[in-house]
Amino acid sequence: MELLQLIVGGVAQGCVYGLVALGFVLIYKATEMVNFAQGDLMMLGACVALTFIGTMGLNYWLGFLVAALCMAVFGYLLDAVVLRRIIGQPQFAVVILTISLGFLFRAAAGFIWGHEPQSFETPFTNRIINAGGVILPLESISMIVGTVLLAVLLYFFFNYTRIGNAMQAASQNQLAAYYMGIPVKRINSLIWALSAIVATIAGVLLSPVSLIDPSIGFLGIKAFAAAVVGGFGSLIGTVLGGLIVGISETLAGRYLPPGFKEIVAYLIMLIVLMVRPQGLFTTMQRKKV
Amino acid sequence: MRILFKTSYLDDIRLIKHSGTSFWYGLLVVSLILAPLLLAEFYVGELSQIFILAIAGVGLMLLIGYTGLASLGHGAFMAIGAYTDTYLISKGVPFPIAFAAGGILAMVAGVAVALPANRMTGIYLAIATLAFSQIVEQVIIRWESVTRGFQGMPVPAPVLLGHPLTKAWEFYYLCLAVLILTVLAAVNLTRSPTGRAMVAIRDSEISAQSLGVNVVRTKTIAFALSAGISGLAGALLGHKLKFISPDAFNILLSIQLLLMVVVGGLGSIHGAIYGAIFVGGLPQAIALMRDYLPVAIARTPGLEPGLFGLVMILSVLFEPLGIYGRWLKVKAFFDTFPLYRRSTFKRQRSYLKTERVR
Repeated sequence: MELLQLIVGGVAQGCVYGLVALGFVLIYKATEMVNFAQGDLMMLGACVALTFIGTMGLNYWLGFLVAALCMAVFGYLLDAVVLRRIIGQPQFAVVILTISLGFLFRAAAGFIWGHEPQSFETPFTNRIINAGGVILPLESISMIVGTVLLAVLLYFFFNYTRIGNAMQAASQNQLAAYYMGIPVKRINSLIWALSAIVATIAGVLLSPVSLIDPSIGFLGIKAFAAAVVGGFGSLIGTVLGGLIVGISETLAGRYLPPGFKEIVAYLIMLIVLMVRPQGLFTTMQRKKV
Repeated sequence: MRILFKTSYLDDIRLIKHSGTSFWYGLLVVSLILAPLLLAEFYVGELSQIFILAIAGVGLMLLIGYTGLASLGHGAFMAIGAYTDTYLISKGVPFPIAFAAGGILAMVAGVAVALPANRMTGIYLAIATLAFSQIVEQVIIRWESVTRGFQGMPVPAPVLLGHPLTKAWEFYYLCLAVLILTVLAAVNLTRSPTGRAMVAIRDSEISAQSLGVNVVRTKTIAFALSAGISGLAGALLGHKLKFISPDAFNILLSIQLLLMVVVGGLGSIHGAIYGAIFVGGLPQAIALMRDYLPVAIARTPGLEPGLFGLVMILSVLFEPLGIYGRWLKVKAFFDTFPLYRRSTFKRQRSYLKTERVR
């Protein structure tokens, strides 16, 4: 029973990692940029939701929607104004740029929302379901259900809508997509918007479990582990990578000596990088000499 | 404008290109040696802080600027150097040996990171070094019998030839000596075959490999040297702070090191030094500005990292060559005075280079 309970908690945590990692992967597939500020985008999303739901007292779902829209605009502008300029420069420049964006976001969030941990009331806070002896906190369930729903939505979005198809085309071959009349630049900005929305969803789903303060963006580093384990390729693989990281972290916190909980994600990632650098669930081939 | 007339191949790699170089660098060294006589103790301490940062910056520059390998975890190597040095001194080992051991252990850690890292490129390497630094931080926190965890360890003053260097100016000369030796070593490395192999790998790994450069070996050497130099800088930083704890070597330090090499100018030793002056001086500048800023902004705890971030963004977007690159432009302007052309330094138009096959 205890094990089952831990696994449910791990799955819920893993879903958040998976969602943040989804943001990385969406951007990486489309623009080959790795967005080190994804965790901080999640933090910003949660903070914006805090303003709408906590401070302004909007309905949870309405506030959620408005926050996601705000962040989508923010993500779009971020790409259009800042990141587009850097395409074609060495990848290292992108790493530095996004890391510094993360620092800037954190400072801005500290300035606007303060450094004290805060929270807002959600329909899932402190409610539990007792399913045959296993006590399931509703907030964990909401994370899992939210992730599954989002994954299904994204699947339909990429496969059955015009704009989703265009995004897939642009991320598979930019030049060919451009020749086919797809506005690649705008599509890239839209992907940034989409990934900001995903980050916001992750942030809001996380908020009942973890208090919101500017430093929750550091969770992004663990989401990296999820993305690397998943292989930076397929969306499903990324979510699975998140689950692996989340479950092993929860189990390590219970059964291994203190300290392992914090590093088990990195250990898994390093092992995967050494044994199978292309990730566990990947379909992508890397260039070889 | 000075025209250099080269008569042999050795002219290309001579350290001192012309008499002007030796004059200006000589003047710099002499004024640095005389500085403690003229400056107040506080500024002497600040200068030694900048020297320490510069040493670490030179180490990181060898890796990022010359070999093109990104590392987001150099703070961890500094931590290894500092903790080794302090632990050995507390066990009665003389300072010079403990200091060297700090560098060597950091070097070993660098090799340990480099071996798996050789299979990764670009982004994966950056992530792996980030993970490495997180692991090192946890090890330092948990391995209390050696590191005393969060309690931290006091660091005694370094003892050289039976004389403890307690005064600011004594420590200043120690840092200056280490910095000069490091810079000389780095400059000599960059004109040696190994250094040239590093640059070749940075510019194109495929071409370097085709020309017979042993990529794995060169990358490992670069990692080892870079980590070793950072370890030495870390040991000095421990002595400067007089107290080390896991917080002193967190990710912010790694990012500061990164900022140094980027803002200073990637691919030049000068850049590391300029970057160190910038990063070392920025907190002072902020402290001075605090009085003139609105209270709400000046008292924000995240001001410094935020400013670091902003400066890095601006420098990546508008001056990718950093302070040193700007200096080269200014120099070219005066060298060629009425004939300077903007397009001399114009970047080639570049396109997305993919790492993927499809």
